Amino acid sequence: MTSEKSAGHSSEPPASIVSPDLPGRADILSVRKFNFFYGKKQALQDIHLDIPERQVTAFIGPSGCGKTTLLRNFNRMNELIVGTRYTGDITMAGRSIFDPALEVISLRRIVGMVFQKSNPFPKSIYENIVYGLRIAGVRDRAKLDEAVERSLRGAALWDEAKDRLHESALGLSGGQMQRLCIARAIANRPKVLLMDEPCSALDPIATMRIEELINELKKEFTIVIVTHNMQQASRCSDFTGFFYLGSLVEFDQTRRIFTNPREKQTEDYITGRFG
Amino acid sequence: MDNPLTHAGNFFEEGSIESTKMLGRSFGNRLLTVLCIALSLFALVPLVSILYLVIKNGAPLLSWSIFTELPPAGGMTGGGFGNAIVGTLAMVGMGLAFSAPPAIMAAIYICEYHPGGRLAAAVRFVAKLLTGIPSIVCGVFAFAVVVMATGGFSAFAGGVALAVLMLPTILLTSEQALLGVQNAYREASYGLGATKFQTIFRIVLPDALPAIMTGVMLAVARAAGETAPLVFTALFSQFWVNSLMEPTASLAVLIYNFSSMPFDYQIKMAWTGALVLVFLVTLTNVTAQLVFSRKSP
Repeated sequence: MTSEKSAGHSSEPPASIVSPDLPGRADILSVRKFNFFYGKKQALQDIHLDIPERQVTAFIGPSGCGKTTLLRNFNRMNELIVGTRYTGDITMAGRSIFDPALEVISLRRIVGMVFQKSNPFPKSIYENIVYGLRIAGVRDRAKLDEAVERSLRGAALWDEAKDRLHESALGLSGGQMQRLCIARAIANRPKVLLMDEPCSALDPIATMRIEELINELKKEFTIVIVTHNMQQASRCSDFTGFFYLGSLVEFDQTRRIFTNPREKQTEDYITGRFG
Repeated sequence: MDNPLTHAGNFFEEGSIESTKMLGRSFGNRLLTVLCIALSLFALVPLVSILYLVIKNGAPLLSWSIFTELPPAGGMTGGGFGNAIVGTLAMVGMGLAFSAPPAIMAAIYICEYHPGGRLAAAVRFVAKLLTGIPSIVCGVFAFAVVVMATGGFSAFAGGVALAVLMLPTILLTSEQALLGVQNAYREASYGLGATKFQTIFRIVLPDALPAIMTGVMLAVARAAGETAPLVFTALFSQFWVNSLMEPTASLAVLIYNFSSMPFDYQIKMAWTGALVLVFLVTLTNVTAQLVFSRKSP
């Protein structure tokens, strides 16, 4: 890990990055002086951020602002892309997620991910959910059955899917598929759930169900959600970060960001003046 | 009075720009449709006539003894070519066993491990080059490498020649099959904590398998009918296969030998050999499709 110094930035965050010290707040992910590059192109600049545990944190900002890039660093998915590199650090519960002693496969079990386009495997509903357990070597049928029911209930899909567990997952509707992907992710019992625009391909009713689900899931999981939909961020998140051109412009409680932002850029974006 | 349709009618009057353009375009459209149908029927002519000729000339001699007896000597009648069927199956089987595992593994390396790497580019380039190599060159190669080294013509040498022939086809079709697997599946698998190995063997390969099998079957079909590589390697034999290290009969070489003989019966038997060959290739194709077609969970 290199420690490049970015000129003009101290290790202290700018005044617009506020992490209110609410009662009972604990941070699970901490990003420090984080820079990220695709080849020569810098995608993230000097990010300083703390993600509170068991809260919903939303990342907003125009396309190409780096919000998805940061999200995909939390489970090191960006490593699958050739020619990427980073400087700085991200810690989870005090430990660097880039620690060579930490296996990336165990990180991805703790930090689950739901993708923009729902991507169930061309297998049965049951096999989709137990995939994470099977690859970890779980063979006990009772444990697998238990995980399927727990995960489907957790993703509010049990009632719709319980009679067709062994049918193809590709026969589900778009919203059901996305909830199946959520069920599949929570079957691993992660601590953090990353959601990359999980509703962008869904109709308003399916979107509403996912948002209700996010509200339920935050009792157990820390959720980080990237969204293009400002109403969605204001409806279902507790904290919001506004990204612009690879920088985190402002971070605060969602209420504050949407009613009284500190930065002019943030205000312009959420009022629809650009983006 | 103000019906828009009556006004619209004026636009289509004869001589107006719209009407002539429309006429020309819809005429062209119809012409192309008719042309497509006519030419696709024309493309069927050689296919159907081959099948017709092979069945018409090959069917009369078809009997149980064809499959169980040895070929008759020149000028004699009766017998069959059971040894050539066994020889073809054995040599194509060997060719498949020698070529499919390395070809599929190479395709996995190219697609999943180092897609942009130099080795991948080199392997892809060589495979493309190899597909263009005439089959007779494969035969000469196997003759030089295997026949000369082992001291004689053999089914094994024939298998090697066919393997060289099949390898690039299987490699390139497998590569296409793997490229056809949605990246979203790979991401989902990695996102759930799977290793590369697990992702490839649990998600990518099962999804690509039907398309890989199509490539394998193409290679098998081509290899089963190849004559030139076998003339240089397995030659022919009047007897049953005893060992993989001795000259071995094959359907392709039987057809080649018998069709050039001055005896009516042998020429008829060559047609029957062709019919059996077509039937065997079709049978393997259909079986493979039934077995490897996408099973719904």
